[in-house]
Amino acid sequence: MIVTQFLVLAAALFALGVFGLLARRNAVMVLLAVELMLNAVNLNLVAFEAVIRDVLASGQVFAIFVITVAAAEVGVGLSIVLMIFRNRTSANVDELDLMKW
Amino acid sequence: MTLALLAQESGHQAAGVVTSGALLDWAGLLVVAPLVAMFLIIFFGKRLPLQGGELAVAAMAFVTGYAAILAYQAITEGILYERSIEVAAIGGFTIQWGWVIDGLSSMMFLLVGFIGLVVFVYALGYMKGDVRVTFFFAAFSLFAGAMLVLVSAPNVLQLIVGWELVGVASYLLIAHYWEDQANVSAGNKAFLVNKIADVGLVIGAIVLAVAVGSFNINEILDQVVGASPELAAVAGLAAILLLIGGAGKSAQFPFHVWLPDAMAGPTPVSALMHAATMVTAGVYLVARFFPLYQQMAENAQLAVMAVGAFTLTIAGFLAIVQDDIKRVLAYSTVAQLGYMVAALGAGGYSAGLFHLWTHASFKALLFLGAGSVIHVIHSNNMSDMGGLRRLMPTTFWTFVVGSLALIGIPPLAGFLSKDEILATFNAEGYQFVLFLGVLGAFITALYMSRAVLLTFFGTYKGHGHPHESPRVMTLPLIVLAAGAVGIAWINVPGVVSVFSDWVTDRAQPIVEHHAEAFDLVALGSGLLAGLGGIILGYLIYYRDAASQQERDRLRIPVLWPLLENKYYLDDLYWLGIVRPIRDPIARAVNWSNDSIIDWVVNLAGFVTAAVGRVVYGGFDQRGIDLAFNGVSFATDALGGRLRFAQTGRVQQYLGAFVIGALALVVVFVLVFA
Repeated sequence: MIVTQFLVLAAALFALGVFGLLARRNAVMVLLAVELMLNAVNLNLVAFEAVIRDVLASGQVFAIFVITVAAAEVGVGLSIVLMIFRNRTSANVDELDLMKW
Repeated sequence: MTLALLAQESGHQAAGVVTSGALLDWAGLLVVAPLVAMFLIIFFGKRLPLQGGELAVAAMAFVTGYAAILAYQAITEGILYERSIEVAAIGGFTIQWGWVIDGLSSMMFLLVGFIGLVVFVYALGYMKGDVRVTFFFAAFSLFAGAMLVLVSAPNVLQLIVGWELVGVASYLLIAHYWEDQANVSAGNKAFLVNKIADVGLVIGAIVLAVAVGSFNINEILDQVVGASPELAAVAGLAAILLLIGGAGKSAQFPFHVWLPDAMAGPTPVSALMHAATMVTAGVYLVARFFPLYQQMAENAQLAVMAVGAFTLTIAGFLAIVQDDIKRVLAYSTVAQLGYMVAALGAGGYSAGLFHLWTHASFKALLFLGAGSVIHVIHSNNMSDMGGLRRLMPTTFWTFVVGSLALIGIPPLAGFLSKDEILATFNAEGYQFVLFLGVLGAFITALYMSRAVLLTFFGTYKGHGHPHESPRVMTLPLIVLAAGAVGIAWINVPGVVSVFSDWVTDRAQPIVEHHAEAFDLVALGSGLLAGLGGIILGYLIYYRDAASQQERDRLRIPVLWPLLENKYYLDDLYWLGIVRPIRDPIARAVNWSNDSIIDWVVNLAGFVTAAVGRVVYGGFDQRGIDLAFNGVSFATDALGGRLRFAQTGRVQQYLGAFVIGALALVVVFVLVFA
């Protein structure tokens, strides 16, 4: 089985995620980009699990972990975004510069 | 530990003298018991129901009991015992502590113990509710304990230790009410006058020790008996020096001035001081070294008699003019001590000690009686008293017994002892001293009848409602009154000589003339003088005692002011000794303070200030401050630039993070792949 196609797909997804993370202005879209990056990693884990199962016995388990953590992260992140939106009537991350000098 | 047992057969009791035994080996307990009691009182006294008084009384009861057994043995069999324990060795020189038990010291043990016990019990009542009861009983125990250390001393060093401890305790007790400046001054005066006289004792002890090669008293006195030429060369000097020391403690002229002022202390202190512990020390010292005076220093012995005779004459007159009842008794003590010292000087060893013995009982009685009155009246002055005869019957009757004993009316104690002293003067051929002694007896009768009449007869002049003192105070009075009646009948010329045999029972034989019968000249003149004094006192003071003012009718011009100012001796000492010594010292100290110390202090201050200025300007301001300021300025400036990196935009941070991660990946690939 050739693993290269999976890796390329995962890298593309990850790159898309990074771009979305850095370029999007809407906080919800930023969170979505983060999910994209996490799933790219999941793809890698599952692919390597399929190829080298004898050596790496727990790739699928890690993938499940990542999905769980991602769900938790989205839960926390979305509630933060919701609160910010309620307080400032905006979810634009460029306007969230309270922490600047 | 060296154990030196010394026993020699005395001339009196050749056989059956006790020289060893557990009773004597443990007699050191008798000496330390009051000192142990003192420490217990200091540490635990405040928690006890009587605030420590019961410990002091218990210690004195133990001393009395032990001393009574020793005295019984000394009288019936005779004791000659000496034991010394080495305390410290400095090279070949050893300091020893020990105890001597012979006739003289066992007599003193019993005297100190018994009078101490009675006075301590009395003090339980007298000091009740006082500001410092615990302190008082601690110092009181020290007083008695120090006296026992003194009289039990087998060597001169221990004697000096006890001597000085007595001085310290007396200082503490005289200045007991130290809130009042006058009392503190009285304590200081007693201490300093004694200290001046103590120089004589210390030098005398050193002179003796150098000549004999030992501080041991018995060894010194053995040299006297052995007629050692080294000792004979210095005996006169040493004897005079010891006399000076003894005159200080026993309040003999010219050192008597401290004793009347010592009345500032509580009355039980006066009673103990005058009867047993302090003033007897000087008499004891001369008696202890009696062989030295008698066999090697006849001129010094004459000086002893002269001092005593002079003191007994001048002190009596002073007692006539005092209004303070305790001062009357104080001057009376000075005079009676004069009798004892003069008797020792005339060669009447047991006569002097016999008067010490009887005087202790009736003088303690008189002081305690006076204290009983003072306790009720709250005043020392006889001008506030009068008419107390019916209000305080026990005090009155016991005081009268004490007064008659002091005057020397038969059959009371003072009669026999004073008669013995006068007989000694007569027998030794000192008729002039006999005359002074008879004159002194007359004066004694005069001032004692004055004291009794002004205190107990006439009308009451004070305020408040006098009443009899509590039982704890009257019981000691009754005990001492019984003593004043009966204590003297152990020595009657030609009948019994228990006391003489007792106190002459020493390692060195005491040579003295023993009267086989009453000396009718001495007896008659002494008795007539006493009765004459009483009659004169009655005539002068009795009728007048009823009137309010002018109770003293003997206000003779010139003479009265002279006596009232104590022969101007205090002023003489003040102007002649205290001022010439104190003022130059004060001036010198002031000068050194102004000139030397101030200069040094100012110089030190100036140098410090100059150094401080240099350090401040050059080092602190320009060095340390510059370094700290530079660091903080640099930090501030750098921070001012760098803070603009904090934009607060999360995506910028993430971008930097991604670039960093990519850079790390590149480095990783380049290095490891």
